[in-house]
Amino acid sequence: MSENKQKMISVTIDGTPVTVPENTTILDAAKLLGVHIPTLCHHEDLCVAGNCRVCMVEVKGSRTLQASCATPASDGMEIYTNSRLVRTARKHVIELLLSEHRGDCLRCYRNGNCELQALANEYRIDQGVFIDLHKEDQVDISSPAIQKDDSKCIRCQRCVRACTELQSVSALCVAHKGADMRITTFWDKALAYVVCTNCGQCVTHCPTGALTERNYVEDVWDAIYDPTKHVVVQTAPAIRVSIGEEVGLEPGQRVTKRLVTALRRLGFDSVLDTDFTADLTIIEEGNELLHRLTKAVRDKEDVALPMITSCSPGWIKYIEHEFSNHLDHLSTCKSPQQMFGPLAKTYYAEKIGVDPKDMVVVSIMPCTAKKFEAARPEMMASGLRDVDYVLTTRELGLMIRQAGIDFTKLEEGDYDSILGKSTGAGAIFGATGGVMEAALRTAYELITGREIPFENLNIKPVRGLSGVKEATLKIEGTLEKYKFLEGVELKVAIGHGLANARKIMKQLESGESPYHFIEIMACPGGCIGGGGQPIPTTDEIRTKRANAIYDEDEKMQYRKSHDNPEIIEIYEDFLKEPLGHKSHELLHTSYVKREKN
Amino acid sequence: MVMTREEKLARINAHQERVNLIFEKIDSLGLLGKVMKLENSKILEYIKESGLKGRGGAGFPTYLKWKLAADQKSDMKYVICNADEGEPGTFKDRKILEEQADKVFAGMAICAKVIGAPEGYVYLRGEYNYLVPLLTTKMNAFNDEMNKLGLNFTLKLRSGSGAYICGEETALIESMEGYRGEARNKPPYPVEKGYLGKPTVINNVETLVYCTMIVLNEGGKFKTFGTEISAGSKVFSVSGDADVEGIYELELGMTIQEFVDLFGDGDTKAVQVGGASGFCVPRKKFKETIIGFEGVPTGGSMMLFNSTRSMYHILMNYMEFMQEESCGQCTPCRVGCQQLVKGIQAIKHKKRPATYLDDLVKLAKSMRVASKCGLGQSVANPFISIVENFREEIIY
Amino acid sequence: MQGSENIVRKAVRKYGKGRENLLPILQMVRKEHNYLSEDQLREIATEMDLSSADVYGVATFYSFMDMQPKGKNIIRICKTITCFMKGKDSIVSALEDALGIKMGETTPDRKFSLLEANCIGWCHKGPAMLINDKVYTELTPEKAVQALDEYM
Repeated sequence: MSENKQKMISVTIDGTPVTVPENTTILDAAKLLGVHIPTLCHHEDLCVAGNCRVCMVEVKGSRTLQASCATPASDGMEIYTNSRLVRTARKHVIELLLSEHRGDCLRCYRNGNCELQALANEYRIDQGVFIDLHKEDQVDISSPAIQKDDSKCIRCQRCVRACTELQSVSALCVAHKGADMRITTFWDKALAYVVCTNCGQCVTHCPTGALTERNYVEDVWDAIYDPTKHVVVQTAPAIRVSIGEEVGLEPGQRVTKRLVTALRRLGFDSVLDTDFTADLTIIEEGNELLHRLTKAVRDKEDVALPMITSCSPGWIKYIEHEFSNHLDHLSTCKSPQQMFGPLAKTYYAEKIGVDPKDMVVVSIMPCTAKKFEAARPEMMASGLRDVDYVLTTRELGLMIRQAGIDFTKLEEGDYDSILGKSTGAGAIFGATGGVMEAALRTAYELITGREIPFENLNIKPVRGLSGVKEATLKIEGTLEKYKFLEGVELKVAIGHGLANARKIMKQLESGESPYHFIEIMACPGGCIGGGGQPIPTTDEIRTKRANAIYDEDEKMQYRKSHDNPEIIEIYEDFLKEPLGHKSHELLHTSYVKREKN
Repeated sequence: MVMTREEKLARINAHQERVNLIFEKIDSLGLLGKVMKLENSKILEYIKESGLKGRGGAGFPTYLKWKLAADQKSDMKYVICNADEGEPGTFKDRKILEEQADKVFAGMAICAKVIGAPEGYVYLRGEYNYLVPLLTTKMNAFNDEMNKLGLNFTLKLRSGSGAYICGEETALIESMEGYRGEARNKPPYPVEKGYLGKPTVINNVETLVYCTMIVLNEGGKFKTFGTEISAGSKVFSVSGDADVEGIYELELGMTIQEFVDLFGDGDTKAVQVGGASGFCVPRKKFKETIIGFEGVPTGGSMMLFNSTRSMYHILMNYMEFMQEESCGQCTPCRVGCQQLVKGIQAIKHKKRPATYLDDLVKLAKSMRVASKCGLGQSVANPFISIVENFREEIIY
Repeated sequence: MQGSENIVRKAVRKYGKGRENLLPILQMVRKEHNYLSEDQLREIATEMDLSSADVYGVATFYSFMDMQPKGKNIIRICKTITCFMKGKDSIVSALEDALGIKMGETTPDRKFSLLEANCIGWCHKGPAMLINDKVYTELTPEKAVQALDEYM
């Protein structure tokens, strides 16, 4: 960026010299040398806290040890990462953390994927000296999505920083002082009664088992074992590029077809795809956008623009709390998960001849908020609970491991039909900008009758991890029906992570939003970085998962939602027309105003 | 050397009169006009030559703090008077503010001139809320005077709400900014990024008064007091089993023995120097221990204990204080304090062997190097000095 | 409720919506209402465009920000070692007897709350206590009980 060359400084770490740019932390300088300094409160997504003190190092001439995550290296610094003083203090810190942590690891949901456990293992804290201080707290299971167990909390505040910095939700806070200091909510209320969006970023940023998803694995097993039930499973777009991490593969591996086989092996009766309803969402939402544009541009009617996507249930709950005066900007389309549910229990049930009462719909989602969404009172369009159970990627990983399925040896399989076929447009829903890209591919064609003029249909400006992305698309050569849109510059924006959503909404609130259409996803990176995804999730991993999704898109037979033959079929067969009567009944919804604080 | 209380008082008063800088009655506001015409470099020179170190307890050279802030380029800077005197056994700032607020404000004005700060704040602990009306009146008069002198400097008052940790300067800033009083990572230091991210000098009440006196007297007698390492005088808060209690300004550098001879009740077995976060000096070390940065540093708290007192009880009182007043953010301090409290209780009640005390001492040593701020780092001071000198009293 | 709303708005108007004014605002509401209620914290958060959890986290940090209904007059007895050495316990007992409550409690008529405080800065004149902002030093059980008369 800047012309000025960055100033370089030299330090020695454990006797080895290294040259790094000025303002590099000691932790990062050590990383360059391949020296691993353990951390707990540190997370690359979040601002520096420096409160756990695990990453302390000795700096020659300094009276105290320095938190390497929080201390910039300075020229000539002599750093020791593993001196006797460091090791003694670090062991003490780990022991102290263990003394306030309920350490029944064998009964812990995060057993085997816990940073504290790993650290205790590394330092062999096998003879705890200190007095056990942990409290037998009540576990908060008030929320259908997230559970909180204070007795396992090590007060690193990663969850609070995720909730505040990444998400701008601030449902969690640090409260009280000294020995009583704890991570809590407003007035120490249960999670279900505060502004929590259920996004689960606290869960993916928690190093221990203090914050986890509500786990419905046993319920799903029960449904599978029940011979009277026809268990349908749907898989969200982002699952196929992340489930591999749960079964020992490297991040960024696309395993769609093996995933299908694994689900069959688990005993699901129908293996279907949320990607299908993602395509359906595009048809409905694209038409809704055109409908609103028509009203605004042609009829000069007062209509809520920009229209904002409604696929992300964390985002929905956020806007319901924070910007409840602007709910009319939301698309009325249900999310793909909730479009799938009622279609499964009406259209699909009829097709396969199953009584909907005997059908159990299970979703595999990268998301914890989907658990809440499925439980919303209005989500009973089929007359029954549309989606019965929502499992995260992590929970599915658990089921696959429990079933002893070796992912590396699985043959490939195909989704069942109907509600199983999808396009690349549906696939890219999983990454930030994906819904926008999919919508533009369809909307542009609806308006002009031509393919959107981007090389290989890849609309690059809406991709990537920058917080708020913008794009402008000039509409030229419209079909007769949309002549009033000729020459209109369609302005779109994409935000991911609720802190970015907040920026976009503040602009909208002030009346200065220049956009026609906005995509918002609650989680950083979109669903590939969702609160139900494998832990850890970092920007490097997000990028790998996103790349895999775009790879999936490019390899698909169809790349545009309106080309999906099953979509065409379902409209002919059942829905008749976008925004039609049936759609309104099953596929659209309304929103509720919630308390801001 | 056994003296009657009257003899002790006479000696103490003579000493005080000789030193007499903090409570000397002068028209500091009237003299400010003259001071404000001095070159900044001259002022800094006076402070530097005085050898003044911060009187809050940490002992950072005042000259250097001002210089560092003065060197920062910024559109805004602040001077803050740290009047969050919360160290158990310290009460001198209260009296200084009661009697010499003008001199405190004058010190802030001088600092503001040197570093280029248009705004100053006095952060007063909530326990001293009864001083608010008095200070507000004095502050208004001061602001008027600044106005009359044509000086761009305004003072404001902020109150704390019962949190000892806010005496730590970065915690104080957090508190002033409307957050929990949790210490920040350093660097950056407040002189670079302080209140609202701007360069900020935070000085203790007493330090500011010394600055006023040093600059007004062009150095003056301050530097004739004390030792090479601990220049000048200091205001002491004397309490506990003392014949003479109260607030006294004394030269730095006397031994604990000399101090005990003047203030003690003839049966002093230990002196806690520097409050709950300070050091306990047992009788056998009175003669060799100098009060000052070369021996036991102190923010002024001197608590005397005679042979009727239980050192276990005293230690517990300090540790419970720390456990409550820790902000709780960093592991060593939050959990360490609890372990020390529970640990000595367990030993006392025979739930843990006496050797567990050695484990606790090791823990305290780790807390000293591992804690994020001065609070956690200093818990080891009382713990180790009391445990090592009064081991039997802790165990049995 | 109407009354409490006014206090919050008054305080926010007096100090301004900037984050750095949060403590003075909490202090003022706490002083006028005697404690900070759930609704007041929520309202302060809304007025200042902060999250209520954030405000709660700040308020709970400071021991003078009482979050439960307290008596009209709050007695805080210093529990530091020097006050203890001068007989703090006998003062507590005398006040407990006189008020008919235990440490930490509030009288049924909501006139007094009896609390402990860390060092209040009167170690040379212990035992010492605060009633609201007023200081009482060199207490004896009799003097302590007598001090209550001013607030009866």
